[in-house]
Amino acid sequence: MIPILFFFFAGLAIASALLMVTHKNPVYCAIFLIITFFALAGLYFLLGAQFLSVVQVIIYAGAIMVLFVFVIMLLNLSEEVRLPAGRRLQSGFGIVFAAILGVQLLVIAAAGTRVFGRLSGDTPVSGTVERLGAALFSTYLYPFEIASVLLLTGIVGAIILGSKKLPKEQ
Amino acid sequence: MNAIPLNFFLLVAAVLFAIGVAGVLVRRNALVILMSIELMLNAVNLTFITFAAKWQALDGQLFVFFIMAVAAAEVAVGLAVIISVFRLRGTVHVDEINLLKG
Repeated sequence: MIPILFFFFAGLAIASALLMVTHKNPVYCAIFLIITFFALAGLYFLLGAQFLSVVQVIIYAGAIMVLFVFVIMLLNLSEEVRLPAGRRLQSGFGIVFAAILGVQLLVIAAAGTRVFGRLSGDTPVSGTVERLGAALFSTYLYPFEIASVLLLTGIVGAIILGSKKLPKEQ
Repeated sequence: MNAIPLNFFLLVAAVLFAIGVAGVLVRRNALVILMSIELMLNAVNLTFITFAAKWQALDGQLFVFFIMAVAAAEVAVGLAVIISVFRLRGTVHVDEINLLKG
């Protein structure tokens, strides 16, 4: 059962990520990215991270992607224009460098089952709310508090940047 | 027991990261570039959770938790910057935002 689920979620994640990068319309890009996030939540669940899998759906597929879709709606974007002939070189180099990086990462990650072991049938580490919460409020208390300050800074920064009257505004 | 080798998860993460890099380098729409950055962050999260499963430790999952918090703040500020740029220049096409070009 686990292998079938793994190949389903992995295939779904990679396929929709590829569609996200190649699709012209930003709205469809956002929808394909949401599908990728759902597939990744499934992979997290297979690895025994139940809480993070739920948080992935709520925060990424929920909150963050709603923000993206709202901004796409606000900006009223048209489809991306085709690159002029001189700029084709730029995107060709981009694909080549990404492929080189991808091959390097694949070679490292493919180091072998003997090094990395297998996922046993019973869930390996169970990242339940209880265990994560206990660690968050004991060992990781200071990072947790600093993260709350960071989120507050993010809110204030987003409000200031988003609401400021700019001098050249038409 | 029919078990999946853990490095298969790492392979998926590597492929997703490379796709994200390609998106940042090739796409010219600032919003889609931000989405590709999110994809790369998620690939790294998958790597963290895989290693948490390998070492039977919870710390990797806690790192993912903090990465999600940072990603949420980053997206909020990044989208505010994009809205601000769109108001000023009327476009989110990164080749046309070239005020710093000499």
